[in-house]
Amino acid sequence: MTIRAVAEDAYREAFGILVLSAAASVFSGVVLGGMERELAVVPGLLTLVPALLATRGSVYGSLGARLATGLHQGLVEPELGVPDERVQSAVAAAMLNGVVVSAVAAVVGFGIRRALDLPVAPLAALLVVALVAGVLSGAGLTLVVIVTVFVGFRRGLNPDALAGPVVTTTGDVVGIATMLAGARLAIAAGVV
Amino acid sequence: MPEEWSVRGIVAATFPLLVALTVVELWGGLVLDGSRAVLTRYPTLLTLVPGIIAVAGNLGSVLASRLSTAFHLGTLAFEPTDDALAGNAAATFALAVTLFPAVGAAAWLARYALGDVALAFATVVLIAAVSGLLLAVVAVAIATTATYAAFQLQLDPDDVVVPVVTTTCDVLGVVVFLGVVGAAV
Repeated sequence: MTIRAVAEDAYREAFGILVLSAAASVFSGVVLGGMERELAVVPGLLTLVPALLATRGSVYGSLGARLATGLHQGLVEPELGVPDERVQSAVAAAMLNGVVVSAVAAVVGFGIRRALDLPVAPLAALLVVALVAGVLSGAGLTLVVIVTVFVGFRRGLNPDALAGPVVTTTGDVVGIATMLAGARLAIAAGVV
Repeated sequence: MPEEWSVRGIVAATFPLLVALTVVELWGGLVLDGSRAVLTRYPTLLTLVPGIIAVAGNLGSVLASRLSTAFHLGTLAFEPTDDALAGNAAATFALAVTLFPAVGAAAWLARYALGDVALAFATVVLIAAVSGLLLAVVAVAIATTATYAAFQLQLDPDDVVVPVVTTTCDVLGVVVFLGVVGAAV
């Protein structure tokens, strides 16, 4: 292929999903843009934003890829009612990863800000944000990933092509919205 | 390891990398938090943040994934004149030039709808466009270097390159964006 043909091919393949992901991210940006109060009351909250969003993407993107591979190999039945043991293990592992890594982000983020003498909310407040966001976004994204991948597969779509886009488009919105919920809970509970 | 479906097996295989990437992302978060004053004074810029990170990370990961595939197929040579390399790099620039100004425009319109006119439309689009151009350079450099390093170290580029490039582009997305904001506002 010539350079031009490769470039056109690559552009066409990536454009649609990048537009979708960018549009969803602007939507989550609107939620973040309205969080001035929470960001001021919970110092250090903004430090966690990229880490928590990236964790969602890697953990639930990888769950989707794993389920897609399992469907292709016939290891997994696309059954929404009673998920089989493999699906339960994959979901439990993803939730565990997602929640524990979020908590690690809160602890390490707190430690770094402390060590650098930067203003930071009590560790309990950042942990509440990380755990609430970790559990809620994990539940939401697990549901979205399983339903899309299974329903798509049953309708003859390639689950590999669905898993990534679904997580990139919903991950940021769900991630920021659940961080906001966690921050409000921490403020309401008086741990800040 | 798609056959390994135990909770312990999955967590053992993925947890260490997730923690390492989280620590790198926290660096981006610290940089972001360091500019909290300007970002909350102009919430349009705060609105732009997830879009900038998402597009920067996605550009890097799409390019890395395509270079990894070309590498597996044996159609990739690490030379500036290589079709796969130059073509994918050109597509990355074209995507950056199309998408970043659109993200800027969308963020401005969303804030305008909420009654926020603190920054001019042209300023926001220009900040997004300049950040995007610089980030395209960064994405090409990082994706090429990481694929080349995986090739030299005989690692499977699919396992290593995509998460590393996505994370690096996320963080540099924040750094470059705030640099441009600092120069423009």
